[in-house]
Amino acid sequence: MNKDQRIPEPEVIHTPPEFVVAEEELHTPAGEEIVAGTSLWKDAWRRLLKNRLAVFGMVVVILVAVASLVGPEIIKRVNGFGPDYIPSDSQLIKSFAPFKAPDGSFSWKHPMGTDNQGRDIMARVLQGGQISLMVGIIATIVSLLIGVAYGAVAGYLGGRIDNLMMRFVDILYSLPYIILVIVLLAMFRSSTAVGQLVLLFIALGSVSWLTMARIVRGQVLSLKNQEFVLAARATGVSTTRIIFRHIVPNTLGPVIVYATLTIPTVMLSEAFLSYLGFGVQPPLASWGSLAADGIQNIAIFPWQLIFPGLTMALTLFSLNFLGDGLRDALDPQMRKV
Amino acid sequence: MPLTEMTDNGNLLEVTDLRTYFDTEDGIVKAVDGISFQLKRGETLGIVGESGSGKSVTNLSIIRLVPTPPGKIVSGEVIFDGENLLTLSNEAIRQIRGRRIAMIFQDPMTSLNPFMKVSRQLMEMTRLHLGHTKQQAYEHAIKMLETVGIPDARARADNYPHEFSGGMRQRVMIAMALSCEPELLIADEPTTALDVTIQAQILELIKRLKQATGTSVILITHDLGIVAGMTDHLLVMYAGKVFEQAPTKELFATPGNPYTKGLLRSVPDPSAEQGQLYQIPGLPPDVAHLPPGCPFAARCDRVQEICHREFPPFVQLTVDHRSLCHFAHEVYEESRAEVGASSSQSNR
Repeated sequence: MNKDQRIPEPEVIHTPPEFVVAEEELHTPAGEEIVAGTSLWKDAWRRLLKNRLAVFGMVVVILVAVASLVGPEIIKRVNGFGPDYIPSDSQLIKSFAPFKAPDGSFSWKHPMGTDNQGRDIMARVLQGGQISLMVGIIATIVSLLIGVAYGAVAGYLGGRIDNLMMRFVDILYSLPYIILVIVLLAMFRSSTAVGQLVLLFIALGSVSWLTMARIVRGQVLSLKNQEFVLAARATGVSTTRIIFRHIVPNTLGPVIVYATLTIPTVMLSEAFLSYLGFGVQPPLASWGSLAADGIQNIAIFPWQLIFPGLTMALTLFSLNFLGDGLRDALDPQMRKV
Repeated sequence: MPLTEMTDNGNLLEVTDLRTYFDTEDGIVKAVDGISFQLKRGETLGIVGESGSGKSVTNLSIIRLVPTPPGKIVSGEVIFDGENLLTLSNEAIRQIRGRRIAMIFQDPMTSLNPFMKVSRQLMEMTRLHLGHTKQQAYEHAIKMLETVGIPDARARADNYPHEFSGGMRQRVMIAMALSCEPELLIADEPTTALDVTIQAQILELIKRLKQATGTSVILITHDLGIVAGMTDHLLVMYAGKVFEQAPTKELFATPGNPYTKGLLRSVPDPSAEQGQLYQIPGLPPDVAHLPPGCPFAARCDRVQEICHREFPPFVQLTVDHRSLCHFAHEVYEESRAEVGASSSQSNR
């Protein structure tokens, strides 16, 4: 039969739109205004912008990221030396304090001073920022991919499979992860600095997915009994599609929050490993390895430790503020108005 | 072949001795215990019963969506168009779900994925089952939304479910269920969560679409007022069992079971003078610990000693009217007498 013939009667079609909107408002918790056409993300974004600390964190993170990305190049253009530049004049190979020229007068050349070999610390901190942020982000993405898939499958399938999968996570949890990473890094020690870096991504990513898997599993457990999952199953959608198209997007809120909070944790682990000499290898530098270099001269040249340390602390603080802000924005139930 | 013979009698769906048990810590819950019924093409069957009587589990069992564990379909046959759905492979049953048997759920507020645009959810169906391209599926989705009476469907299609009201969402669910033109539509309390005015609209919509497409419908409800005007046959369920089975008109006019009588009496009658509403005394029994006799015995107003002792027989009253009661004939005759009395009264 032709579909046009079953268009319903006018009184059904012409439900006044303003009535619908009014009804919507009734279902909305007080203090929260949902305007028609607002997606969940836009709503969360607006809530995030109201949180000053989170905005501060976001701005700082963006500034640090941009500065790390373009900073070393700019310094090279302006001052004519890169992060690896070592003055050839043997007289100059000693550490200068911030804003001091070799003769002791005021100078803009090295706002953070130089290190033992006369390299500009600001350039090195910015270059180290590239590595530190990259480790944090890539290792978090690795943990995201493994953790979300693992947790979602375990939670959705449930029963014995879930039990088996989560006990495996428990076993990994019970191992001291930093020792695990050290063993991994020592076992597969790569000859090149870049190879070592890739190994670091994999090692950090492969231990930091555990909590993500647990979080996602918990979310999936509560989601899989919701009616829309039953409805999807009743329409013949395959299990894989239900997990990854219907359930996983619904866990995104907590996942994003946890991922944002994972980045600083991973960066801290990287710094710790680099400090111990297992992480980033020279000539590459990260905030951790810079701090490790700096601490050797802390009594004489404190700026060698202070500036990498401060930059890292500021970035980690900001990331944590941003993560907290995102949690409040994406999870209105937890938010105290 | 016996299977083809079975399809020849015009039955789209034949459920025989279906038993679905749940293994709980409290013991085995016989949520559905030996249900049998038939549904012809184009007909509407109503399943009525109190909460927990096994209505929903019956229908989840038909398309094998009972959560296992703890649930398990212990025995029975569900013959849909000549095929036993209970023995089909998982892949084969997925081809039937949504394509040939569609479902509408009780609560439209939770049965749409909050993170997917409405159009995407509608498109998923037809792309999966009808092999539509993205463009075709999108156009089809909008056509379906128009069919179910969503105003300004093209603009609304890309909204998220939370931007729709309850009634509108249920319309979207109906659009989704009907988008592949299924042969059987199972509506599980489709109007329970809605306002009375919206209820009427939704029921009217289901009725009209059913007439237009010739779809068979199973309508699950606890509201007798709904099934009266919508269904051809009725199944009254209690404690996982069919208590009475009859054509709708006959069941309303001459019920043959005390439970059905109680249900009919508890429908509020606005014209009645007295302000008291009738209610069946007591509560539905704990299905995990059923007494040996009639499960309704404790609440029945004509209970006899035998009711507590022996499980009642399923008595055939007329060709397609059966009742699970020791005194089915007596109750039926009583009802007939009442009808006779009232009709002769009105004749005078």
